Amino acid sequence: MSDVLVEFNNISKFFGSVIALKDVTMKVKKGEIMCLLGDNGAGKSTLIKTLSGVHKPDEGEIIVEGKKTEFDSPRDALDMGIATVYQDLALVSLMSVTRNFFMGREPKKGFGPFKSFDIQKANRIAAERMGQIGIDIRDPSQAVGTMSGGERQCLAISRAIYFGAKVLILDEPTSALGVHQASVVLKYIVKAASQGLGVILITHNVHHAYPVGNSFTILNRGKSLGTYPKKNLSREKLLGMMAGGEELDKLEVELKEMDRISNN
Amino acid sequence: MSLKEQSIKGKIHDERLRKVSKLKVLLNRPELGALGGSVLVFIFFGIIAGDTGMFSAYGTINFLEVSANLGIIAIGAAMLMIGGEFDLSVGSMIGFAGICIAIPAIYWGWPLWMAILFAFSMAVLVGYLNGILVVRTGLPSFIVTLAMLFILRGATLALTRLITGRTQVPGLRVLIENDPIAWIFSADAFKSLFIWMGNIGLIALRTDGTPLATGIPASVLWWIGLTVFATWILMKTSYGNWIFGAGGDKNGARNVGVPVNRVKTSLFIGTAVCATIYACVQVLDAGSADTMRGNLKELEAIVAAVVGGCLLTGGYGSAIGAAFGALIFGTVSMGIYYTEVDTDWFKVFLGVMMLIAVIFNNFIRRRVTENK
Repeated sequence: MSDVLVEFNNISKFFGSVIALKDVTMKVKKGEIMCLLGDNGAGKSTLIKTLSGVHKPDEGEIIVEGKKTEFDSPRDALDMGIATVYQDLALVSLMSVTRNFFMGREPKKGFGPFKSFDIQKANRIAAERMGQIGIDIRDPSQAVGTMSGGERQCLAISRAIYFGAKVLILDEPTSALGVHQASVVLKYIVKAASQGLGVILITHNVHHAYPVGNSFTILNRGKSLGTYPKKNLSREKLLGMMAGGEELDKLEVELKEMDRISNN
Repeated sequence: MSLKEQSIKGKIHDERLRKVSKLKVLLNRPELGALGGSVLVFIFFGIIAGDTGMFSAYGTINFLEVSANLGIIAIGAAMLMIGGEFDLSVGSMIGFAGICIAIPAIYWGWPLWMAILFAFSMAVLVGYLNGILVVRTGLPSFIVTLAMLFILRGATLALTRLITGRTQVPGLRVLIENDPIAWIFSADAFKSLFIWMGNIGLIALRTDGTPLATGIPASVLWWIGLTVFATWILMKTSYGNWIFGAGGDKNGARNVGVPVNRVKTSLFIGTAVCATIYACVQVLDAGSADTMRGNLKELEAIVAAVVGGCLLTGGYGSAIGAAFGALIFGTVSMGIYYTEVDTDWFKVFLGVMMLIAVIFNNFIRRRVTENK
């Protein structure tokens, strides 16, 4: 069990009388891509915010690398190596690639009151990191606004990894992207996982999740429908569960049963 | 979303970025417009008023001084605008700071340096109040500082009339002589150089043999110094990076750990302090404080910052640009006296210049942020 990075056990979250999450359990291992699937309103955003330390769970426990922990703020989660890349990516399009990459965590040089932002070093690292993903940044001082959506997503992920993420929570990383761009991002996510990171990939797109995921947790109306490893799950079954197919199947069985009883 | 989708589609066959020429990089700099504008203004007045004495030592010092005064507050305004906020209370703060110097010095018998320090501490207080109100309430800074504009101007007038019975406080000139810090705001620099230049006939002399232009005014040095300092902050420090981040996308910046509220509050303090520097220069130069001083200066500061390439929406701009914006403003406002043009037209020019600047900036922003 030593390769389990983070475990969430029976997490519940209430907003007044509304039950946003009830007994959600999941875990992520090293090198694993765990896809969290759910339709709109399934409680995905509440779960992300709970995992990343924005909300505190009302019930349940969070275990990071075997130790029970509580997140008082997103900063706490980040310090534990759990980094969340939100849909808005926390990128400022008017600012340069380098300035975005290091925003809030700039490398320093010099002493005392003359301590300054080491732009040369930052430029070098940013260009190097983007190069590793296969995005050729000839000029790291160009604005992020000139990059494509996929490149921006990769930049945000790459930034999280650079600053020590062990678990990456990705909120709909492919939702705004075209087919080609989405595949570039998914490829990068697989590469990150193969380097030993745990990834929680949140999406409602089964076609993006199925090829890359190792296990799948389906969220429906605030409850988990369970976690399934890929080998026990066909794409069709996953699609069915996502669309509420299980409920329909149950209904079919019940109707048959009623039919049988009345015929007797 | 469809726009985003389109731009992504256009990018599919061009995953790698094209080589960008040096010229294009230069075109994306925020201060380019103001720099070009300054050159145009100088060419224009060079042709129209080249032989009128506008560009003599005395004339040059004159328009530089007007530019410098505005430049001091424009730089504070530009930094704040890059941080995504406005401060409309700058003009009132100038009047208020002037009174904060004059009343303690004249009526309460404080030494001048203590009165100056008092004015600066009041500036920090007003700036802090502006900042806290904006970040805590989430109201637009336009409204909060508009309220502060009226509050400060009203308080300045009411308090001055209450304490002195009038709206002007003269009599400061005698106090400047022996004060340990007043010279920072009032002394001319390079006096001996100017005397020497006068003696060898390079610059014009008065009838008593002293040069007409006595030296570089302190305000010009403040203007240059503040521009250098602000540029260093913006380009070379983490705090500068946070200013761009806070102005460009405050939620994004917050998500990666930038203390957005602290950054914005400190920038409001910055504009109030700049207004107080302006007030010190003015009060010590005139030897008196006036409750109406600084009226409408907040708008001029914003014009200079916008002409200098700052986006009204924040996240983009430069201190150098604002300094050039102020130079254009000062040069035209003084230069117009040397031409045949009726000075009534000055404000028309000002408005047109601002419109052109905003349209140009919009174009630049599209260049910078959009995917091509």
